Formats: sequence, C-alpha cells, structure tokens
Amino acid sequence: MNRLFSFIFITAVLWLLWLVLAGSLNAQEMMTGAVVAVLVTLLRNDGPCLLGGPEILHPRRILYAILYIPYMMRAIILSNLDVAGRILKPQVAINPGIVKVKTRLKSPVGRMVLANSITLTPGTLAVDITGDTMYIHWVDVESRDAEAASRKIAAGFEKYLEVIFG
Amino acid sequence: MTMPDTPLNLIGAVLTLFGSMFLFLGALGIIRMPDLYNKMQAGTKATTLGNILTLMGLGLLMPGWLPKIVLIILFVLITNPISSHALARAAHKAGLPLAKGSVLDQLREDEDAIAAFEAETQASSGKGVDG
Repeated sequence: MNRLFSFIFITAVLWLLWLVLAGSLNAQEMMTGAVVAVLVTLLRNDGPCLLGGPEILHPRRILYAILYIPYMMRAIILSNLDVAGRILKPQVAINPGIVKVKTRLKSPVGRMVLANSITLTPGTLAVDITGDTMYIHWVDVESRDAEAASRKIAAGFEKYLEVIFG
Repeated sequence: MTMPDTPLNLIGAVLTLFGSMFLFLGALGIIRMPDLYNKMQAGTKATTLGNILTLMGLGLLMPGWLPKIVLIILFVLITNPISSHALARAAHKAGLPLAKGSVLDQLREDEDAIAAFEAETQASSGKGVDG
C-alpha cells in the first residue's frame, strides 16, 4: 500500500514537472510525459526519497513546509549580506573552524534538508555527517561546545523539519 | 532588450541587477578568502541568492517563462548545497588543511581519535581480527 502510494505520488509529481517544462497541454506531450514519468519512477532506487510516503501529505506537515519557505528565504538573504560584508572589509573578517553539531532529526531526508539549509545560511557549511553528528565549517566560530553550536546553527531549522520529516 | 517601460519590467531589471551584484561578490569572495572552505562559503551562498534574484528578475521581464524559472530555482536550491558539501567533504578527506588562524577542527580531532582507538584495539587484540 505504502509502496503503491509513493509510486503513484512520485509519478504524478514527475509528470507535472514534465508538463510545466514542456509548457503545453497537447495530447502528445501529455502521453510522452506519462511514459517518461512511469519509466523514471520504475528506475529509481528504494532509498530515502524527498517526496516520501503518504505521511508527507499530512496537513500539519504541508503547513510547516510552506512556513519553511519564507523562513529559509530570510536566512538566505541574511547569510548573503553577512558574507558580502566579510568579503568587502579591507581585511577579510573571519574566525573560521570546524565544529560539531548534534541533530535531533531521525529521518535521513530530514537530515539532508537540514544539512542543505545549514549550508545556505550565515557563515556555515556542512562538511561531513556521521550518525547524528554533523561537522560544520563556521566562518566565525562563536562557540566550541557542541550543545551551544547546535542551538545557534541548527535549532531554528529543526523546529520546522522535525514536523515535516520527523 | 528595450528600455523598461512598465513597473514590472523595472522591478525585473532591478532584481537582475542585484542578482549580478551578488554573483560578483561571490566571485570576489572566491579570490579573497584564504582557504577552500572559506572560499566555498562565499561561492555557495552568493551564487544561490545571485541565481535566485537574476532568474526572478528574468521571470518578471518575461512572464511566460515564470513556471520554468521557479523550477530552475528549486533545482538550484536543492543541488547547490549538495555539490558544495561534496567538495568540502572530499577536500577534508584529502587532508586539505584549514587556513592559518582557524580556531579549531573538531572533525580532524574526531578522526584522529577514532584512528588512535582502532590502532590501540588492534595492538591489544594482537593480529587476531582483520577489519
């Protein structure tokens, strides 16, 4: 049941993607898109998938996913202004290092999205992950302690991602 | 392209200008930062926002392209950090050092600790178990 659902769901999303990229709704385009979408879904492996299973359609998750977008946009803009400021100083202003961050997230996809979000935000870049420990390159190390670093870097995203991906 | 003559065109042109400014800053950061990890900080962030703004501006200038442009932005948002993550990880595994003046490297510390632990257990258990 679960597998059938994710098969249909992923195929539908891929088909929609095809139609948007094709930019037309004639029968030929729709047929080709459907065939390709089914083929691609058949060829994917069974690993963690961003689209997930039926639980991804829970209203609470969708709400948090939508709220996550403006939160993320704000973080991206702030991070750019931050890095731009550092670059433009006569003496490049950095205090870099690699710190450990513990994540509360359990699902692999959630951890992937968290790592991506961390990379896109102020002065932090995910370098490696082992279990629930992430190694983050930080342009301006404010704390050497894993707890405090986790709070500063990851907690804001985890609030959302915990609901979206579990 | 003709001169911007509607408010939408004007906003689009301004967005594209800001986008190219951030792309420029990203390039500048790649030159000015001292080591690969810091260069990548500039590279990843600036190119992401630069791309988003430039593409959004383009979308406003050419409203017909907007759906495709939104898809491209999503694609960039997902793939850009993954590629920089892969580069940073490969660099660290290859032993590329952090710039002088870096305060700490807990990943190296942990890797060294694991290596030391493995060497110790190997030594104490004789040549019995082969990893």
